[in-house]
Amino acid sequence: MTSDRNRLSGPLADPTADAGYPDTHPPRMGFFTDTSVCIGCKACQVACKEWNLVPAETGELDLLGQSFDNTGALSANNWRHVAFIEQTVTPDRPPVDLGMPAIGPPAGDASDAGDGQVRWLMSSDVCKHCTHAACLDVCPTGSLFRTEFGTVVVQEDICNGCGYCVPACPYGVIDIRPGDGRAFKCTLCYDRLGAGREPACAQACPTDSIQFGPLEELRERADLRVTELHERGVDEARLYGRDPQDGVGGDGAFFLLLDEPEVYGLPPDPVVTTRDLPSMWRHAATAAVGVAVSVALSFLERGALERRKP
Amino acid sequence: MTGGGERERSMVPRAEFRSYYGRPILKRPTWKVPDVPGYLFLGGTAGASATMAAVAELTGRRELAGAGRWVAAGASVAGVAALVHDLGRPERFAHMLRVLKPTSPLSVGSWILAPFSTLATASAASQATGRLPGLGRFAGFGSGVLGPAMCTYTAVLLSDTAVPAWHEAYPELPYVFAGSALTGAAGAALLCAPRADHGPPIRMGLLGTAMELAALHRVERRLGLVGEPYVTGRPGRLLTLSKALVVAGAGLSLVSGRRAAPLLAGGAYLAAGLCTRFGIFAAGIASAQDPVYVVTPQRQGLGAAGLP
Ligand code: SF4
Repeated sequence: MTSDRNRLSGPLADPTADAGYPDTHPPRMGFFTDTSVCIGCKACQVACKEWNLVPAETGELDLLGQSFDNTGALSANNWRHVAFIEQTVTPDRPPVDLGMPAIGPPAGDASDAGDGQVRWLMSSDVCKHCTHAACLDVCPTGSLFRTEFGTVVVQEDICNGCGYCVPACPYGVIDIRPGDGRAFKCTLCYDRLGAGREPACAQACPTDSIQFGPLEELRERADLRVTELHERGVDEARLYGRDPQDGVGGDGAFFLLLDEPEVYGLPPDPVVTTRDLPSMWRHAATAAVGVAVSVALSFLERGALERRKP
Repeated sequence: MTGGGERERSMVPRAEFRSYYGRPILKRPTWKVPDVPGYLFLGGTAGASATMAAVAELTGRRELAGAGRWVAAGASVAGVAALVHDLGRPERFAHMLRVLKPTSPLSVGSWILAPFSTLATASAASQATGRLPGLGRFAGFGSGVLGPAMCTYTAVLLSDTAVPAWHEAYPELPYVFAGSALTGAAGAALLCAPRADHGPPIRMGLLGTAMELAALHRVERRLGLVGEPYVTGRPGRLLTLSKALVVAGAGLSLVSGRRAAPLLAGGAYLAAGLCTRFGIFAAGIASAQDPVYVVTPQRQGLGAAGLP
């Protein structure tokens, strides 16, 4: 069923079986992060750090001046990262009254009505546990591996610190931990999964923005949610990483977003670099032949072979 | 698509580009400078030198073969040292050989580099001590066969990443590195080999120059926005310098009758090789650090269909 092409890119129904697990393996587990209900509390970030004993950032508290985000991006020491985006929007429909305390002048004060409503986007980012994970493909030691749950995990004890996974990840997730030299990222709480528990971030999330479960179920749930939002007039709701046809064969951790992915710091259409690996080797082989031929041609001269016998 | 960086920049639809506070999407490669670009240069020079030495041996140019073996051994040992320094601990180089993983160019590359450097060093050692001449010759031929792979596998190493400037240039980078390896080996031979043997390295240098310039030209022309880091900023200046040096090397290698000319040509070729590797390395870093090179091509659907 798995042609050679599917091993490196394209849709792949069961990456766990593809990695060599027997048919009895558990279903592929993942995250569906519904950012439309994220309140930006960062409980996921805290829970992740606590459970996984991820060190605090070294040095002083770093205030980025980027809304409420002082983490900036996923890193070796931040396996969940809540992004905050403040947008000025012109409402094209009457705002839904959420019964929340309002910001700005009280309703009825018409001074600057019509333009300049503030919209908050918050999203908890995480490793995507790609179907075709470039980090795993390029890892030279086998330290990055596919678990029986279909997730992608680094075995720290054999990580060689070569850093190849870092530029390979099309989402900029995995990184080398400064002062340690090995690569770290979200494990989708491999230890908790093994014990039948849900990951720390999903358990800590107060609004169920982070949902954990078998990927098939999550995809169905996400489809329902996006339809529901569209029916309510939230046309900008879209799923990101849900599609098994995309450049990485679909994400094990996918998202419901309310704007373009790049607004959240996500690549709009990432492709697993290994898709092109066979072609890369073909070009390298041809170029290598080019070297051999060039060297040989350089020695072509009259009497080149006669010279051998002095 | 245009040839000039300046014109290209004005064509770039940057206005539509959105990002998260302008932050990079990709992580900056953690490979150390000068270790890794230095290794790219040393590995290429060693590889082409070993092949040159093997052909020189076959055609009876003993002294050229000897010089080539020295360069191959010296450069590959220095290259391994650079990689060990990048990894941080010597045993980590051995750990690279724990498995052979075809999807990892670093794993495949380690399995090219380890036997290559062993054979190149063995043949140079046999040459220096005069011991086991038969095995030494055999090792020399072995490293000569692996040499071309040493020159070009490093292009796959860079291209098999999400770094836009490296990945999108994957059809050309092996030829850039191959050409640069030929000029590097030619340069070293012009510096070390006796004058009577300069014919082959001069021709190697000319072929390498043509190959590298043609491949670089295609990178600049074909890649559009993603090719911008190759022609702007520090990487652009390094690559311009490299092109000037390689042309100077080729020109000087053809000057006859002046004692200094081959030495200057050799120096120019080697300096060009360094500039090429550092320039290409820096272009990749620059493209990883500006989200425009990730967002815009992917938006235009070029990320998925980068090939003509
Ligand atoms: S998001 Fe990056 S780190 Fe996570 S599995 Fe995919 S390639 Fe690997």
